[in-house]
This record gives sequence, C-alpha cells and structure tokens, in this order.
Amino acid sequence: MEPLISPTFSFDCGTSVHLDRRAVLRGAALGSLSWMTPLATHLSRAAESGKTRPKSLIVIWLEGGSSQLETFDPHPGENIAYGAAAISTAVAGLQFGEGLERTGALANDFSILRSVTSKEGDHARAIYNAKTGFRPFPGLVHPAIGAVLCHEMPPTVVSTDLPRHISILPGSTPSRGGYLGAEFDAFQIGDPSQPVPDVAERVAGDRATRRLASLSVLEQSFAAGRRADLASERTLHQSNTDRARRLMSSEQLGAFDISAAPQAEQESYGDHPFGRGCLAALRLVEAGARCVEVTLNGWDTHVNNRENQRARIDLLDPALAALITGLKARDLYADTILLVATEFGRTPKQNIAEGRDHWPHGFSALIGGGGLAGGRVIGETDPAGEKIDPSAGVRVEDIHATILTAFGVDYTYDFMTPIGRPLAISEGKPIPELLAKL
Amino acid sequence: MSPFLRALWKLALIGALSMGAAFGINRILEADQLVPLVDSTKGQPSEALSSLDREWTEAWAKADLTPAPKADRLTVARRLSLALTGSVPSLEEIRRLEALPPEADATAAWLDHLFADDRYPPYLAERLARAFVGVEPGPFLVYRRRRLVTWLAEQLAQNRPYDELVRELIAAEGIWTTNPAANFLTVSIVQGEDDKGPDEEKLAARTARAFLGISLDCVQCHDDKFGDRWDQRDFHQLASFFAQAEMTLTGLRENADITYQTRLLGDAEPSTLEPIVPFAPDLCSENGPLRARLATWVTAPENRPFARAAVNRVWSLLCGRALCDPIDDIPLEGPYPAGMETLADAFIASGFDLQHLIRLVAGSAAFSRDSRSEDPALPITAEQEAAWAAFPVTPLRPEQVAGSVIQASSLSALDGSSHILDRLRRFGETREFLQRFGDPGESELIEHATTIPQRLLLMNGKLVEERTAPNPILSSSTRLAHYAPDDAHAIKSAFLALLTRYPAETEAAHFSTLLEGQTGDERERRMADLHWSLINSTEFSWNR
Repeated sequence: MEPLISPTFSFDCGTSVHLDRRAVLRGAALGSLSWMTPLATHLSRAAESGKTRPKSLIVIWLEGGSSQLETFDPHPGENIAYGAAAISTAVAGLQFGEGLERTGALANDFSILRSVTSKEGDHARAIYNAKTGFRPFPGLVHPAIGAVLCHEMPPTVVSTDLPRHISILPGSTPSRGGYLGAEFDAFQIGDPSQPVPDVAERVAGDRATRRLASLSVLEQSFAAGRRADLASERTLHQSNTDRARRLMSSEQLGAFDISAAPQAEQESYGDHPFGRGCLAALRLVEAGARCVEVTLNGWDTHVNNRENQRARIDLLDPALAALITGLKARDLYADTILLVATEFGRTPKQNIAEGRDHWPHGFSALIGGGGLAGGRVIGETDPAGEKIDPSAGVRVEDIHATILTAFGVDYTYDFMTPIGRPLAISEGKPIPELLAKL
Repeated sequence: MSPFLRALWKLALIGALSMGAAFGINRILEADQLVPLVDSTKGQPSEALSSLDREWTEAWAKADLTPAPKADRLTVARRLSLALTGSVPSLEEIRRLEALPPEADATAAWLDHLFADDRYPPYLAERLARAFVGVEPGPFLVYRRRRLVTWLAEQLAQNRPYDELVRELIAAEGIWTTNPAANFLTVSIVQGEDDKGPDEEKLAARTARAFLGISLDCVQCHDDKFGDRWDQRDFHQLASFFAQAEMTLTGLRENADITYQTRLLGDAEPSTLEPIVPFAPDLCSENGPLRARLATWVTAPENRPFARAAVNRVWSLLCGRALCDPIDDIPLEGPYPAGMETLADAFIASGFDLQHLIRLVAGSAAFSRDSRSEDPALPITAEQEAAWAAFPVTPLRPEQVAGSVIQASSLSALDGSSHILDRLRRFGETREFLQRFGDPGESELIEHATTIPQRLLLMNGKLVEERTAPNPILSSSTRLAHYAPDDAHAIKSAFLALLTRYPAETEAAHFSTLLEGQTGDERERRMADLHWSLINSTEFSWNR
C-alpha cells in the first residue's frame, strides 16, 4: 500500500502562478487537487459518503451535433420527421427516436431537456461553449465543468493516485482547466482496450535508477542561484515527476483496465471504443474520479442524416443503458450525475443531400442521477420546425448552473480571473424542475 | 532478435555511421573546421540601446535592486532561437557562433543568422496569428487559417512594415483564398445565421486587443464596473466600423447601405450606432470606406497604443512574459514600465520595422540579464524578476519542447535545407506530441506549472524514446557514443545540443563516472540515458 499522505501536505500545493492566484482565487491553495493523493480508492469513497450531494459527474459527449429529431425529440408524423417513426419509452407519452429502445426503457431514471439553446453555430466555438458554459473570449480560457468541480470539491479526507478529471477518447477537444490551471486539464486516454498512455517505464532496474540520479544532479545545478521558490511554487517539476512516478506504479491503474470486468458486463456495453469508454467511466467513478467524459463523435450529418445518426445511436443506446444499469447496480447512481450532451442540434429541415445542418436554437440533452428528478421532459420545440425560440428554453449555461447547484457549489461565486476580472463560476440559472428532489 | 536480424541491424548501423561521418559529424564536433557566423554588418542599433539601458539602470537603482549578471552568448542564443524558430539551436550552429571573434557583436550576428533561417517567418507568423485570429479552426470553407499564416510568413520574410501588414488585415476585401488577409475577417463568420457577414463584435474585440492592447470587449454588454474610462457605446461604435463588410459572390465587399444596430443595456429598443473611434478621434479621417478609415486610424504613427501593443507582443514572444501584463490591457495614459515608451518611439521612428524592434529587445539590458545570480547564497528574488533585473524563468510552449527534442537528436540545423523526409517526420511527431502535451491556446501567457501528463510524456512517451534510444539514424546520442573523441567531448556535446550550455563541473564529473570504460552497446545505452536525463530536466522545458 502507498504511504498515507495528508492532503494538506505541501506538494499538493500550488501552480506556477500560485503566488498571484492564491491571493485572488478562492481555493487555489488546494492547487493541483485535480489529482488525488495516495490512499486506497474505496477509502476515498467511504470518507465522502453519508452526504446527500452527488460526488461524480459523467459526461457522455456526442461530438459533431447529435440530431434532436432522431434522438430525444422526435416529431413523428410531422414534415420535419421526414417519415421517421418514434418509439415509446418507460414514461407514458414520452417518445424517443428509433434505436433508443434500451435507454427508453430506463426513462424514469433521467429527464430530457428538449429546449437547449446556444449562441454558437460553429463546432469549435459551440463545443467550448457547451463544455465551459461560456462563449469563447479572447485572452481567457474558461475551465470546463469537470475542472470546476475538481477545483471546488477537493477530496475531503483521503484520496488516490488516480487523476480525478479524465477524458476518454477526447479527439481534439479534451476538457480543459482553463484559467484554473493546466493541472485541472482532463487526463486523456484513448480506447480502454489499450494500455494507459505513457505510464509504462521504458527502462528498468539500474538504468532507471541511474537516470533519476542524473536528473537530480541536473536539478541541483539548475536551482543554484535561481529563485528559491522556482521548484516548489512555479515549475512543480520535481514534485510532479514524483507524483507521475507514483501513478506509474499504482495498483489503481487497474480502474482503467476494463478487461478486469466480467465478460458479460463488457459485452453489454458493445465491442467498440465508446462502449469500452463507458465501462471505464463507471469503473473510474467507482474508484473515486470526480469527472469523466466519454466522447462519441461522428454526429455531424450534413449528408444522409437519418442513416448516419442511426449508426451512432446504435453505438450509444446499449452503452448508455448499460452505464445507467451498472451505476444503479453498484449504488452509484444517486452519487453520480450523468449528462448526455452535444454542442448543438440539427436543422428541422433537411438539406438537398438529405442531411441536417447546424441548429443551436432548440436541441436536446439527457440528464439524470445524483438525486436529480427523473422521468421529466423540459421544453418543447416547434413541430413545424419554423420557430427558433423553443418554449421553456434552457441555455447551455443553465445546465452548468443546475449541475453545480446539485453538487452544492455556489455557481454565482466570482472567481478573480488572471486577466484581473471577477467572473461568476457560471452565468446560468439552475433548472428548478430538475432540482426539486434535492 | 534473431542472430540474422541482429547482424543485419549491425550492418545498417555501420552503414549509417559511415554515412554520418560523410555528412560531417567530425566537422561539427571540431569547431575549428566550421565556417563561423558572419560578423553582423548591420550591427545593433546602439544609440537607442544605450538610452534603453540607462532607463533600466535608473529603474533598478531606484528600486534598490542589483541586476543579475549578463547572460552569456549561448544563453542569449538559446532564448532567441526558441522565440524565433521554435527550437534550441543545433550543435553545428552553436559551434559556428563560438567561432566568432570575441570582439564581434554575437547578438547581432545571431539575429542576422536567425532572420535568414527559413524557420523564422512561419514560426513567428504562427505566434502572431494566435493574437490576430486565435487558434480555433473557424467556419468551414470561408476561413483558411493556413492561408493566413502563410501570408503572414511571406510578409515577415520580406520584413514588411508592421503598420502596412495590419492595415491590410483590417481593410481586406475579396476572397479568403486569393486574398489571405481576408481570413482575419472571415474567421468571425457564424455559419447558419441569416447575417452572412463577419461578426462585428468579435472583430472589434480582436482589433482592440491585438492591435491596440486594449480589452475593450469588457464593456461589450455593460458599462465598465471598474472605472469610467470606457462605456458600452465605445465598444459598439468601434464594432460599427465592421458593419459594412458583407459576403458576396466575390468575397468580402463593403456595402455602404448597411448600418450597425444594437440594443444597449437599459434601452428598450435597438439603436443605430455610428462608427466612432474610442479615443484620439482627430486622427480618424471622415471619408472613405469604413474599414479603410479604421485601419488608417489604428496604425497612425501618432496613435501610440498601436506601437505599444506591438512592443508588448514582441517582448512577450521573446521573453515569455509581457512587459505590461496582461498583454492586452495596456493603460492608455500610463504609467508604463521602463523601456516601453522608448521602444515604442524607436519602433515608430523605424517605420514599424519588426526586425529592428526584435534587435532592440534582444540587445537590451533587460533581455540580456541572466536568470540566476552569481552567488548561490543570494538567489534571484521575485522583485528582481518583476523589474526585469533578472530574466524570468517561464515554461516553453509545447511546440518548442517538441521542436527541441527533435532538433537535438540531429547535430545540424533542421531548417528548410534538411531532407524532406526529416521535415515530414517532424510534422507528424510534433502533432502527436502537442495533442498529449496540451496547448494553452489563448491563455499562453498565463503561466502554468509542469503537469503530470507532461512529465509522463517526456519520461515515457514515444517521441523521446525514439529520439534518444540507441539508433544510428534517429538519435544523436548513438552518433556521439561512437564519434566523440572521448567521454568529456561526448558529454559536452550532449549538453550543448540539448541545453545550449557546457556542463558544470559537478555535472561533467557525474556523467564521466557513468561513461567511463563503457564500450559498445552499453556505451550507447548510457549515452541514451544521458540524453533522457537532460530532456527530463526542468531546464529543458523552461526558458531561462
């Protein structure tokens, strides 16, 4: 077992801008706690239990813009459905697009937002907007919601070697720590069937020892005459080398290894990277991770919309249903908020290539777990596909405010950003219907 | 490995090593066989430099700060190569620098060398493009970031006056592929909206920040809570200059019929806002197309915020930290840190000559400070660093780290004259590395500590493994293991190639013990380990 190290131990402190930011950023003294400090994982969970607040967030990120009409907001029989049928779900009167049967059977466990709006119609900007709750702003990078949660919710008593903010199959848009610091960036992994990248040491035995001995000769020489706080407050090079090395030898890396799960469980998620990613997310949350995002891309269907959306749905449905079922079976669902989101929806009207284009004026998201209300539908889009203002509209930042409120984070708190401007953690408003039970 | 494969490998190794010899490894290892750099004919602008130096000397004396000693030639060369080409200098270039006579102006000669290096224009163009258009991929079809960067690189290669270049960006017309400057405007287009023109608000924000060093977009939605300098109207009146840019079949055109309307906070109805500049209105002409008028006003020699913003930008590219921090919040009326006004004056007087500005910054007393003190008992303090009495230690950008790993694995410069395969491999490797290392994007000047994934990547990642492991073609470590005349020479060359400095006595002694008496494969492995340790040191990933 790893030695027990108290979270107040100094190596956890700090970032490069520690001195500047510590004075202004609340909680910055907790510094790089997006990484957990040593002790067995279940202890970390146990220490946190007994509270009613959720502890983890899983974001299923549908990159490219999933079509609300083919997923959670079908309008069967209307022109904009172009002949597509819909299926009924466990909630009376609630219909989903075809292919979402398994998820639909669990519809009492989550709610559907059908009126999400964003002001960004370009992929990169809309992804930024959805992940951070802010529009891109020159000179400042906002933190993604997982980074905010890691910053605001350091582990209470003890924690683990594992990163607490993880992005599985991130493509080019992993969640970022933004102005909270790069130590809050998501730790990126690819297909969980592959080993975790860069954690296997390339040489062993005497060679490894010699390399590290040489490194400390170089570090001593570099420190001479330079600022006394360089290593401890600014570069964190040596302390993070030590922590990286602890991770390399940690037994807890096993949480990434889905082949340790029973065969039947693995199969229920589907034999593809996204399915495996969802199973890894479950195992990582079980091990104490604060936020795990899993990306399923390929939703940008400007051509042959229905066929191409369906191909993605066929990957999504079993994995999502298995994830909810798995979280419930392990008693983790009440502690975990599950969000299925995308950067924007798709146009009600098809284009000449039978595709649908970008539509930020009313699209869908799924949210559940963590004590949030289930079985509800919020908002409504125009069945004729004409109006751009859905009823009971929800802005992407409102989803952020809702999640942060559920976690007990005061989203109105003003961070002092590095550009010298105070900025609320979220500028959204919580959705009261979802928080009714909390 | 089967004996057969092993034999084949050895054969390849011998072949490659002899080829290496033919390509002049010995020449690189022996400085006296190299052609020294040309002593600069241009020299450094000495008059402006001495007045700058006086300013800093006075500022330090006033604050009772002892300046750090002067950095040596190699340290200055490393800083400049990183800033202007994106990697450490090669061993060959270092040897040529060292072959300069002691009385030569090494900074001037080194800058001559770098300005002629074909890596300089594209690298600086990319760094500037980040300020001009950000890093986002932008709207599909109507925005080609690559074209803009290539165009910028062409302007830098000709050392086109900076004011001309900026005017062309702001006032660009036509198609974004044939007139690449137009991408400055088309990046802001939001697709899928009815208004097909560029987004006035985004452009006003960029223009104010990138070219004037002012964060005017802080009053985009409401009047400034923190002072009465700007109000919401100022921002939108600036945005109004971009309102007439329209997308047509022939690209961007001005349409004089368009007006700019917005609803100001507190108003019930939208109002029409006239194009009015936020300060110095007398410098703005009343006639002509709106963007051309704006471009002329922004870049007017009398409009000092333009020169200050450029000084601050170039300073931050060379030093890793802005002179006025944050970089795009320079006060309109001061006070300014030592150096700022003199550099702005000199930049204006030079006709906005960027290379001249770079020469001034690089030759200044502040830039040439060491980042450490002579006496380890009296280390550099935060106060010294804040006043530029010592050079700040800042993290290198991801591509500088990757570029340095790759450069250091070759002994001669991997510039445009290197083999196309070399450059292609560099491109692929760099992209993969950057993805995992993480790019700070818009917040590149906000200093971050080293992260755990970055440490994992440098300790165990593919790029470092491939570039340091025993391999006669890909890694200089193997070549040094075989070709350096002795251990001391091999160690010295590795330090120069990776850290651009000679080993300290303790370091030389430590590594000699490790290499002593080692031959064959074991010697190759030990040289690889030496390279690994150098790459994994703080010093390798930080500017000093």
